[in-house]
Amino acid sequence: MATKQQSKISKAVLLDLHRRMVRIRLLEESAGRLASEAKIPGFIHLYVGEEAVAVGGCVALNKDDQITSTHRGHGHLVAKGGQFKPMMAEFMGRATGYCKGKGGSMHISDLDLGMLGANGIVGAGVPHAVGAAFANKYRKNNLVTMAFFGDGSTNIGAFHEAANMACALHLPVIFMCENNEYAEYTARDRVMAITDVADRAVAYGMPGVIVDGMDVVAVYEAAKAAVERARNGDGPSMIECKTYRFYNHAGVSAFGTPYRTDEEVREWMERDPIKLFEAQLELAKVLSAEEAQAVHDEIQAEVDEAIEYAEASPMPDPATDMLTDVYTEVS
Amino acid sequence: MTATETEERIIRYNNAFNETLRELLLDDPDIFIAGEDVGRYGGVFQSFAGLNEEFGDERVVDTPIAEQAIIGLGIGAAAVGLRPIVDLMFMDFVMVAMDQIANQAAKMKYMYGGKATLPLTITTTGGAGLGAAAQHSQSLEAWLIHVPGLKVVYPSNPYDVKGLLVSCVRDDNPTIFTLHKKMLGSKGHVPEGLYEIPLGEANIVREGTDATVVAIGMMVGEAQKAAEILAEEGISIEIIDPRTLLPFDTDTVVQSAKKTNRIVIVHEAVRNGGIGAEIAAQIQEEAFDYLDAPIARVAAPFSPVPFSPALENFYVPNAESIAEGVRGVLYRNA
Repeated sequence: MATKQQSKISKAVLLDLHRRMVRIRLLEESAGRLASEAKIPGFIHLYVGEEAVAVGGCVALNKDDQITSTHRGHGHLVAKGGQFKPMMAEFMGRATGYCKGKGGSMHISDLDLGMLGANGIVGAGVPHAVGAAFANKYRKNNLVTMAFFGDGSTNIGAFHEAANMACALHLPVIFMCENNEYAEYTARDRVMAITDVADRAVAYGMPGVIVDGMDVVAVYEAAKAAVERARNGDGPSMIECKTYRFYNHAGVSAFGTPYRTDEEVREWMERDPIKLFEAQLELAKVLSAEEAQAVHDEIQAEVDEAIEYAEASPMPDPATDMLTDVYTEVS
Repeated sequence: MTATETEERIIRYNNAFNETLRELLLDDPDIFIAGEDVGRYGGVFQSFAGLNEEFGDERVVDTPIAEQAIIGLGIGAAAVGLRPIVDLMFMDFVMVAMDQIANQAAKMKYMYGGKATLPLTITTTGGAGLGAAAQHSQSLEAWLIHVPGLKVVYPSNPYDVKGLLVSCVRDDNPTIFTLHKKMLGSKGHVPEGLYEIPLGEANIVREGTDATVVAIGMMVGEAQKAAEILAEEGISIEIIDPRTLLPFDTDTVVQSAKKTNRIVIVHEAVRNGGIGAEIAAQIQEEAFDYLDAPIARVAAPFSPVPFSPALENFYVPNAESIAEGVRGVLYRNA
């Protein structure tokens, strides 16, 4: 992070970027622990390591702007303003969860926050962002939509269709790629002949930029520019954030796997986006180490409270909840 | 009902569709149409003719040939409050877009705890009979009725085209509305102005006493012809057009089964795993003791839709094969 960039950004925004990243990290570390204790059922896809992308992207948005997410959606929801209690309750399959226990970790979202879904099908949410952007342009409401997706998503047809359509219709959408170098458990260079996803942008007729996805300010700056471009009616952009998933595709292990080396994982962990940012904030005298720790402590207390809330929450009732929300009833 | 005319006003099935779209676009500014060729060209069957000219590129949108993104466009726009009508040129292309239809549109409300409301209408054209061969002739309603969260309709006449399309577009759920390609030029009474036919209500097209024929889409007309043939043989059939395939009006069909005690189900899709299997299962669950013969199905053979008229004419059920099916459940010979 260049200090001249930092100087342009207000202290309030810097602290907001920091706080939201810590919120994601601490919620997820606890969720991972609960999953390993089997207190959270099903698959869990942790976002740890990629926090700078969701946060840099969402802080560049206005509250009413929309996002679409992926199967790795916790970070996006937290960055868009998601609250811990209904998140933790959803992880645990409780009736008080954001999705009433019907979606779980993989589908966690809150449409009221402008998060139009976390999606179990890779790439499938991207066309929805295009649809929301279409609606924004149609209504001339000056809102924009940001689609989060991984490098793996850019190999699926829905992504290509959506990117082409967004550019053809000149829609206010930002394509935010989290290139974490692995599509599930397969290295990017085994399944793609190009190194940079951003190279694909030109084929659709939009600008594509590459940023350090471990540098929250770099992501924020790039996102700001793309958001402004979309809001000004200048069409879509793509941002490729070079980032890394500290844990495996699913679950809570990081090391000892055949698809990536422990050495590589450790190297990326050295570039932990939160640690990097905290060092910079301290250097810039924006946030001292003690103040940063206080933020962690405060957020961890909130996470712990959310766990208590979730564990005390009722399960959904098969007799009354199974068949509700399948259809919108005719009023 | 806002229909004002009382006199018969005869127009074509395809024109009923076009007129309804126009009236809907005038009625609700949240409605837009998007799909392949629907704009400047007016649709491959001219079903959208004149709409782009009247309502502009903003509301009648030409899209890339990209079925996943077309449905996805509708989903995203519906999720934030518009009322999209998105077109899949041929029903066969449902399979190209099936993830967006079945994994996305149908499940969003449930997965997201009820917060997603998707007033999305997917229009398409199904059915065989035009020499369009295996990938442009299918009837895939059975694929769709298997998906909780969708509503599926199949109009058999111009009046129902308008009434069902209005109900689909005004419904707050993802609906799939299929025109039958071979019926596009067929004529019938259609009042001016918008009116609704409630989704999930079957139509008793003809009352009868000896057997019930449940027929779908173009097969309703064939069943009516079969009724005339059978009347000459002293056989009286009741014809039920479900109109909506999901949710299915089980009650009306079961009541008829209890009355006539014999059932023939007719559809244009292949027999195996067709909607007839589901209808038959529902009838026997509710009215097994009333049945005097096994439920019969008249449907397509288990092959792709063939090209040559010599084969295709044999493939699609018709009045004669329906009549034969009815004779079968009555244990009679022609």
